[in-house]
Amino acid sequence: MSVTILYQGRAPYAAAAEAAGEDLWVPAGELPVATGWELRPEGACRGDVCVPIPRDRQGEFLRERPARFNLAALARLLGQPVIHEEAHGVWSFGESAAARGSGTPSLQAPDFALPDLDGHIHRPADYRGRKVFLVFWASW
Amino acid sequence: MWQALHEELEPQGFTCIAVALDSGGPAKAEQWIRAAKPTYPCLIDERHVTAELYGVVNVPMGVWIDETGRIVRPAETAATSDAFRRHLDRTTKQMSAEGLAERERVRAAYLNALRDWAARGPASAYALSEEQARQRLPVPSDEHARAAASFRLGQYLSSRGHGQAAAPYLAAARRLHPESWSYRRQTWELEEPGKAGSAEFWAAVDALGDRPYYPPARLQP
Repeated sequence: MSVTILYQGRAPYAAAAEAAGEDLWVPAGELPVATGWELRPEGACRGDVCVPIPRDRQGEFLRERPARFNLAALARLLGQPVIHEEAHGVWSFGESAAARGSGTPSLQAPDFALPDLDGHIHRPADYRGRKVFLVFWASW
Repeated sequence: MWQALHEELEPQGFTCIAVALDSGGPAKAEQWIRAAKPTYPCLIDERHVTAELYGVVNVPMGVWIDETGRIVRPAETAATSDAFRRHLDRTTKQMSAEGLAERERVRAAYLNALRDWAARGPASAYALSEEQARQRLPVPSDEHARAAASFRLGQYLSSRGHGQAAAPYLAAARRLHPESWSYRRQTWELEEPGKAGSAEFWAAVDALGDRPYYPPARLQP
């Protein structure tokens, strides 16, 4: 069955995942494009960050033949909120409050990538060397 | 108003970047952007990603970022005030002269602070020290994190035409992050166009009592 994964700021991804109660088993091969995480011998890794799978809880995270990874278990381990809706098979994974607040000591402006009306993507880092006044508005 | 400021200060190495927190995407924001004829970037944030990243809970709010990418002033009310609560006629939508004067005072003070920072950089009295900026950074809570995940789910379902399925998640976002007027007004608007400015909105504003809708920017450190 197809499950739509909304992983933090990433685009929605339809995965051939299997939902079971509070667990979501995602095919290991789909994990990188759906979430940015990939499985390596040292654990679940994203960029330079690797989260070791607790030795005594392997069965909670990993299944073989076919290889699947329990994305909800990783979220629980990392303190990330997980909210799912049954009727349409949508799972939303947020960022943890701790990770969200981790930029506080450095005061570095959090990165994002957003389009303008012409579809050009802008990131705050494109404007290094200038003073930036980021102003938020809305039509509502 | 940002276009004039951008033009004035751009030669000093300053730029405005506008972010529209609009789940309706370009369709909702486009007419406003075109009307402003901006020469600065106007970005569309359908999922309110930046609101979560920067702690934006209402509009308009502003964040100041220096040449190195450091936050100099975290998210705060930008150039507006609660004058509308006392001085706006809710039927005619007309602001009294007193209200207009108050709004103009607040706007001028904020714009002058931006001008001072553009000219003097870290020597500006409005550029917060690292310690001051850290103290003012919003502290994300677990409830806020759940609110963001819930909002995303509701917003996605709504965008796919599943309004009924979306409703409980949109309501949860409001409940989990009650300080966020952005969530409130955006989720109302997703539920029913026009609801963001309806009687429900005014009732919620009135329920604030003595608490501010737009906490004044504390311009002096």
